[in-house]
Amino acid sequence: MFKKLTITALTALTLGAGGALAAGGSGHVTDYKFSFEGPFGRYDQAQLQRGLQVYTELCSACHGLELVAFRTLADPGGPSLSPDAMREYAATFEVFDAELEDWRPAGPTDHFPESMDPNAPDLSLMAKARAGFHGPNGTGLNQLFKGMGGAEYIASYLTGFTDDVKEEAGSFFYYNHVFPTNWVQMAPVLYGDDVTYADGTEATMQQEAKDVAAFLMWAAEPGMMARKQAGFVSVMFLTVLTVLLYLTNKRLWAPYKPKKQV
Amino acid sequence: MSGIPHDHYEPKSGSEMWLHRRLPIVGLVYDTLMIPTPKNLNWMWIWGVVLFFTLVLQIVTGIVLAMHYVPHADMAFASIEHIMRNVNGGDFIRYLHMNGASLFFVAVYLHIFRGMYYGSYKTPRELTWIIGILIYLAMMATAFMGYVLPWGQMSFWGATVITGLFGAIPFIGSDLLTWLQGGPAVDSPTLTRFFSLHYLLPFVILGLSIVHVWAFHTTGNNNPTGVEVRRTSRDEADRDTLPFWPYFVIKDLFALGVVLVVFFAIVGFMPNYFGHPDNYIPADPLATPAHIVPEWYFLPFYAILRAFDAEVWAVALTDWLTLGIVDAKFFGVLAMFGSILVMALLPWLDTSNVRSGRYRPMFKVAFWLLVIDFFVLMWAGAMPAEGIYTTVALIGSTYWFAYFLVILPVLGVIEKPLPQPDTIEEDFNAHYGDGAASGKAATSPAE
Repeated sequence: MFKKLTITALTALTLGAGGALAAGGSGHVTDYKFSFEGPFGRYDQAQLQRGLQVYTELCSACHGLELVAFRTLADPGGPSLSPDAMREYAATFEVFDAELEDWRPAGPTDHFPESMDPNAPDLSLMAKARAGFHGPNGTGLNQLFKGMGGAEYIASYLTGFTDDVKEEAGSFFYYNHVFPTNWVQMAPVLYGDDVTYADGTEATMQQEAKDVAAFLMWAAEPGMMARKQAGFVSVMFLTVLTVLLYLTNKRLWAPYKPKKQV
Repeated sequence: MSGIPHDHYEPKSGSEMWLHRRLPIVGLVYDTLMIPTPKNLNWMWIWGVVLFFTLVLQIVTGIVLAMHYVPHADMAFASIEHIMRNVNGGDFIRYLHMNGASLFFVAVYLHIFRGMYYGSYKTPRELTWIIGILIYLAMMATAFMGYVLPWGQMSFWGATVITGLFGAIPFIGSDLLTWLQGGPAVDSPTLTRFFSLHYLLPFVILGLSIVHVWAFHTTGNNNPTGVEVRRTSRDEADRDTLPFWPYFVIKDLFALGVVLVVFFAIVGFMPNYFGHPDNYIPADPLATPAHIVPEWYFLPFYAILRAFDAEVWAVALTDWLTLGIVDAKFFGVLAMFGSILVMALLPWLDTSNVRSGRYRPMFKVAFWLLVIDFFVLMWAGAMPAEGIYTTVALIGSTYWFAYFLVILPVLGVIEKPLPQPDTIEEDFNAHYGDGAASGKAATSPAE
C-alpha cells in the first residue's frame, strides 16, 4: 500500500518540480542534440572552441562573461586551448588594474569583462538560468526525458528571429518566437557565415547557434563532466553496497521468516 | 528504557566497571542500540534512519560550504560561483547540499504520512509527535533561509514574499517585518541574519531529534498493527520484538542504500532539476520575476496561503466581523500556519481508539484523499494564483482542514473498525508462516 504512496509521491514530485520550473516561456524550443546530454555526455572540445569564436567575434560586443576566468579556457574538458593560446587570447582583452590605476592587457587569472551594454545580461550562467522552461504544458518533462535545457533554449532563441521589427518609445523591438514575451530589444545577430571557422566547419546559422550554446553551457557548468563521472562512480559503489546489504539483511532475517506464505 | 523487558548492559572487565560507575555512556549506547523493536515493522519505518543520515549529510556539506561562502549582498552570488568553479569538489558538495534539502523533505513527508496512517501520534506517543512537528517547523525555517543564501532572483523575491507574511499581522506587523529583515527591505542585514540562523537551526534540529528518539524509546515503537508489544513477561516481549541492532540497523541501511542510489543519480546527472532556473540570475531588487514560486516542498502550504482571497465568503465575513483586523492577507497567513497547527493537534483531534489505519475502513478513504489533496495543493501552489487554480487551491485547503477538524473527530464515533490481531507475533506469523516464531521453532498460538 505504501508502495503506492511512494510511487505517487515520486510522480507528483516530478510534476510538482516541473510546475515550479514552468514560469514564463511560451515559444517553441527545438530539441537540438548536444554531445553533453545524458549521463555519459561530454563536451565536444572542437565545438567549444568554435563557440568561443562566435562569442568573441559577435556576442562579446555587448555581453559579458564575468564569472569565467581566462585560465579555465585551458582546462581539460573545456575548450582546452594550449596555455600559450590562452595567454594570447586573454591579452586581447583589457582590464582595469586597481594597483596600476590603469588599463592593462588581461592575464590568465583575470576574468572576462562584464557586459559592454548595460542592458545586455551577462552570459556566464545563462545556460542554467534559461533551463527548464519547457513543456509539455509547463511540466518540465522534456527536461527530464529529453535532456532539454538552457543550451536548447539559447540555440532556439538565436535562430528564432523573424524579420518583424517594431518601434516603441524610441526603442526597437525584434520579434522572436522563442522569447517569452516575443518582442526583444536584442537585434538578430546570426544569419550564417558570420564567422569563418578555423576548423573548416561550415558556418550555417544553426551551426553557429549550437556552437555558442554549447560554449555557454560549458561557461555555466565547467565541472559537468567531472560531476557526471563522480555521480556514476557513486551510483556504482552504492549499488554494490546496497546489494551486499540486501543479502546480509536477507540472511539475518531468514531464521525468522522461514517461508513466505502468499 | 521503554518498559519492554530486555537485556541491559553489564560491565564486565575492571575498566568497564570503572567507566560505568562514573559515566554510563557505554550502557546508554548499548541500551539505545539494543532497544526491543516490533518485528513486524514494514518498509515505511525506514525513513527515520534516512532522515538522520540526511541531517548529518546537510550539516557536514553545509560546514564545508560555509568555509567558502560570503554572506553579503554584493558578494554572496559570486561566492557561490566561486564554490562551483574554484573550490575542489565544490560543485558536487553544493549539489549534494541543494538536493539534500529535497531528500530531507521527501523523507520527512513520507515519515509524517506514515505516522498519520498508522496512528503513531496516538497515546502514549503524543510528545514524540509534537516534537516531530517542531522538527518539521525548524526544517522549514532552515530550508527557507538556506534558499535565500545564494542571493539569486528567487532567493531575494522568496525572502521578500515570505518575510512579508509577518507584515500582515495586525498592529505589530510592520515593526515586526522591519525587525526580521533588519531594515526597510530585504538586503545585506537580512542575508547575514539568515546565514547565522541557517547555521544554528540544524543543531536545534539535532537536539530535538535526540529528544524525539528518547521519547519513542520510552514508549516503544508503534508498528503497522498499532497493537502494543506485550510487556508482561520477558518471553512474550521476545516473541513480539527483535533488537534494533542488528536486525533493523541492517534493514534500514539497505533501504538507505536504495534511496542513496537514486539520490546520487540525481546529484550526478540532473542536479538542477528541483531548483528554479531564475536562481542563477543574481538578485535584482528592481526586477520582479514574472512568477515567484517557493521550492517544491513548500508548495502545498503556499497554495493554502494564497487560496483565501477577499472573494471567499469566509474571508469576507471574518474581515467584517473583526472590523477589518483579520483581512484577506492575514487570513491566508493564519490558514497557512493553521494547516500545520492542526497536524500538531492530531493526538486530540483523532477520537478513534483504534490506532492503525489498517483496521479503519472509512479512515483509509479519508487518509488517501488527504494524500491526493497534498499533491493537488502542491500542483496548485506551483501555478499562478488566478482562474481555476485558486478554486482548486480553495477546495484543496478546505479538505485539508476538514480532514483534521471534522472527519477525524467524527470518524472515531461513527466508524466500525475491523478486528485487530491480539499480538504483534500473530500479525508477523500471518505474513511469514508459523515456523517463524522467534526463530526457535517455538510453538505459537497458531490457528
